[in-house]
Amino acid sequence: MNSRNLSNLKERFVLMAIEIVQPSTVGLSKIAVSDTHGEDSPYFAGWKAYDENPYHEINNPTGVIQMGLAENQVSFDLLEEYLEANLESTNWGQKVSGFRENALFQDYHGLLSFRKAMASFMEEVRGGKAKFNPDRVVLTAGATAANELLTFILADPGDALLVPTPYYPGFDRDLRWRTGVQIVPIHCDSSNNFQITPEALEAAYDHATSMNIKVRGVLITNPSNPLGATIQRKVLEEILDFATRKNIHLVSDEIYSGSAFYADEFVSIAEVLESRNYKDSERCHIVYSLSKDLGLPGFRVGTVYSYNDQVVTTARRMSSFTLISSQTQFLLASMLSDKEFTRKYIKINRERLKKRYEMIINGLKKAGIECLKGNAGLFCWMNLSPFLEEPTIKSELAIWKTIMHEVRLNISPGSSCHCSEPGWFRVCFANMSEETLEVALTRIHEFIKQRKQ
Amino acid sequence: MKQHLQNPTKNPPPTTTSGSTGVVTDMRVIVPLQGVVQGGGGGLILGSIIPCALFYFFQLYLKSKNRSGDDSAAPPPPQLPEIDPPGGGLQRVQSRSIWSPRGSNSQVSSRASFVIKQVDNPYYVGLEKSCLDCYDEVCNPGGIIQLGFDENKLSLDVVQDWLMAHTKCSIVCQELQMNGITAYHPFDGLSELKMAVAGFMSQVMEGRVLFDPSQMILTSGVSPAIEMLVFCLADLGNAFLVPSPYSPDLDRDIKWRTGVEIIPVPCRSSDNFSLSTASLNRAYNQAKKRGLKVQGIIISNPSNPVGNLLTRETLYNLLDFATEKNIHVIANETLVGPIDNKNQEFVSMAEIINSDEYDRKRVHIVYGLSKDISLPGFKVGVVYSFNQTVLQASKKLMRFSSVSSLSQRLLVSMFNDSRFVGEFIKINRERVERMSDLFVGGLKELGIKCMKSSRGSYCWADMSGFIRPYSEKGELELWEKLLNVAKINATPGSCCHCIEPGWFRFCFASLTEKQVPLVMERIREVL
Repeated sequence: MNSRNLSNLKERFVLMAIEIVQPSTVGLSKIAVSDTHGEDSPYFAGWKAYDENPYHEINNPTGVIQMGLAENQVSFDLLEEYLEANLESTNWGQKVSGFRENALFQDYHGLLSFRKAMASFMEEVRGGKAKFNPDRVVLTAGATAANELLTFILADPGDALLVPTPYYPGFDRDLRWRTGVQIVPIHCDSSNNFQITPEALEAAYDHATSMNIKVRGVLITNPSNPLGATIQRKVLEEILDFATRKNIHLVSDEIYSGSAFYADEFVSIAEVLESRNYKDSERCHIVYSLSKDLGLPGFRVGTVYSYNDQVVTTARRMSSFTLISSQTQFLLASMLSDKEFTRKYIKINRERLKKRYEMIINGLKKAGIECLKGNAGLFCWMNLSPFLEEPTIKSELAIWKTIMHEVRLNISPGSSCHCSEPGWFRVCFANMSEETLEVALTRIHEFIKQRKQ
Repeated sequence: MKQHLQNPTKNPPPTTTSGSTGVVTDMRVIVPLQGVVQGGGGGLILGSIIPCALFYFFQLYLKSKNRSGDDSAAPPPPQLPEIDPPGGGLQRVQSRSIWSPRGSNSQVSSRASFVIKQVDNPYYVGLEKSCLDCYDEVCNPGGIIQLGFDENKLSLDVVQDWLMAHTKCSIVCQELQMNGITAYHPFDGLSELKMAVAGFMSQVMEGRVLFDPSQMILTSGVSPAIEMLVFCLADLGNAFLVPSPYSPDLDRDIKWRTGVEIIPVPCRSSDNFSLSTASLNRAYNQAKKRGLKVQGIIISNPSNPVGNLLTRETLYNLLDFATEKNIHVIANETLVGPIDNKNQEFVSMAEIINSDEYDRKRVHIVYGLSKDISLPGFKVGVVYSFNQTVLQASKKLMRFSSVSSLSQRLLVSMFNDSRFVGEFIKINRERVERMSDLFVGGLKELGIKCMKSSRGSYCWADMSGFIRPYSEKGELELWEKLLNVAKINATPGSCCHCIEPGWFRFCFASLTEKQVPLVMERIREVL
């Protein structure tokens, strides 16, 4: 066959190929098309129901009450009061010298004054029982970014972090989506109030090992979300010992530390480390944010505090992907360093949250519903297992749907938190007024009454 | 009866502290001797020896297979790998080997190790050093003058005046209420800000392009914008083509956390560092040979560090190439410029893609907003894409890099003040162009020629005549002298992966006009 025929043939073949094959759309990554963001889970489905029919005292009194969002609005007036009284020092644009010197800080080190303020605030929250060094504070745009950042730094794709169940549903996304890291659950159950036991830790580790997965660390949330309870000192020591034995990292997400109702009932991992003279502390890292304790989620302020120099250096450099604007830093720096204000705020915030908690617990009790004994956070862990048709996730989701559509309350089902026992629900109480909470409690009361009939 | 041979292990058995890879290395080779010991006819001997021999060799085979299996299972001791040679990339076969070998469990990840080794990279050394010994006219006149960071302070006073007049009440009072600034907000940006930004961008482009807010994602800067796009468009182990020299920040944005590789597309001074389809093809084929899947190209316009504007033709050729290879294009554009429109036109990818010639789903544009309006410390970026899947994923991904609502509110007011914006753009452009002329002129007097550029906030200087030897080594020696003796931090071309030694990038928009002669004097000292 001469070359002309060959090229004709090729041409014809190519034309045929074009006819048969559809023009391919340009490819995207697995991350872009995966559903690891988890936004199809019931946890988020409830939010959609709320968005479509939100409760309003006056305009929509039969709407869905949002009890699935852990937001703190109980102490907002204190913030407003402070800012109004201190307009001068907090207004970035006004302070001439401040503007110029702060204008230098575009980079990942962050404003020194703000890092000092964060360290100081974290000390206040722990009642001065632990010291924090501003040079170990790395700023991120929110705790979500801080958790993801630590995961990037501590684990490679395919590795695992051990996380006690039940846990915050967002972890499935924050710890896994872009990082490629896996979560292996540490199973906890109601027999001991969902506390983490050494046996459960070992079992989780062995499970990962048996699947040939390398465990890089344990990630705990203290106070716990969704349990609404602090982790006891003894348990913290056991977890730290476990991490030391296995030579892995320990991440303590303490974003609810300022929301513990009694200051002395919250023990930070920082205190445990201090009592051990910081021996073996390079495996420990703390995550904090202002979104929950200060009720400022819109500001996107989070931090990674690490006792490991390499982690601090790397986190700082990687924080370029998640910076806090210097305007925000400037505004908050003076507020957080004002010890008189922070002390007052923390004290009053704790009291108000405690009052809310007691209100909801008593209200639920009157309706015949028990909750886990909690002492922290913006939510309670409610036990509806006695009301399930069968002790299965299916029944749990059935009752959850009923509560969402008939009772019109958005609460978070335990299965979305990977709870091993069906029937538990997380109910938030700090993102609404007391009146709204009363309405919600009345609705629940009615619902249970009807069900009993 | 049976003899046990200890096989000589070449490698010591791995430690089993990790618990996950406890594999026994020393294998016993069992040589059955029964057949040999038992006397008898030759037949019996042969009948025994042959199966014995087979058995023996089979065990040897298993042993050697097992040993190579052990090698890959045992975690190597943590070590810092070689520095990435400029102009090329790390050799890779496996998809994850962009990072260093994995260390033991309590060490940091390979990703982190890769970042830690950057401590030796001159780009970061220079930045850190100048932070610690920062020049200040009054407090530290002998400090290092920072010319390695592209930061524009020339028009700060204009911004400050506006802020003083407008932010007194806006921060507190009504704005800071519940469900206002402090509550959670859409992570990809407030819709009011997107609309204001769309208006701003159209204003800057003089109406040539209309931007649709629904196709925008707001991010906390250019770095997260680029990184996020890379996460969406490429899997771990894929690659992007990047014309070199390119900004050292891209090494971080594209590679650090994603595991995606960069294939540089070298451009030369002989062509004024312009991008040709031939070099794109060459780089693409190189990638193929290395077994790397190219998912897209990333360009900057104006280019960084060279500073020239991409011509309309280059952009068309680029899109043709991308269409042919069915890959994406990410264009990092700095709008306001400083663009010297008299000599050359700034053509935005958004304009090109307006025509129906190309598949818009493959084009994604990144704008460094805060750079455009020189708001220091603000870090706001925009991703503009026509690809719905990318937009959907990005909206969710922005939870990791969201802009604080406080900053967003401020920007809404600022962008909506179109009179101010118009004035600012004009003043800023004039000042940057003036500084550019001053600086480039100063270098010229020292005998240093700069690449003809769009008169932006940095210049690309040819100092090859001053380096000895004419190599990367010579270039780094000059860089070191500039940093430690002249106390000037500039970015050497090798950090930008330039294949020709001797080029340096100087960012001068953070200087005052008064400081330029001082800078020139210091540079003269070390030439």
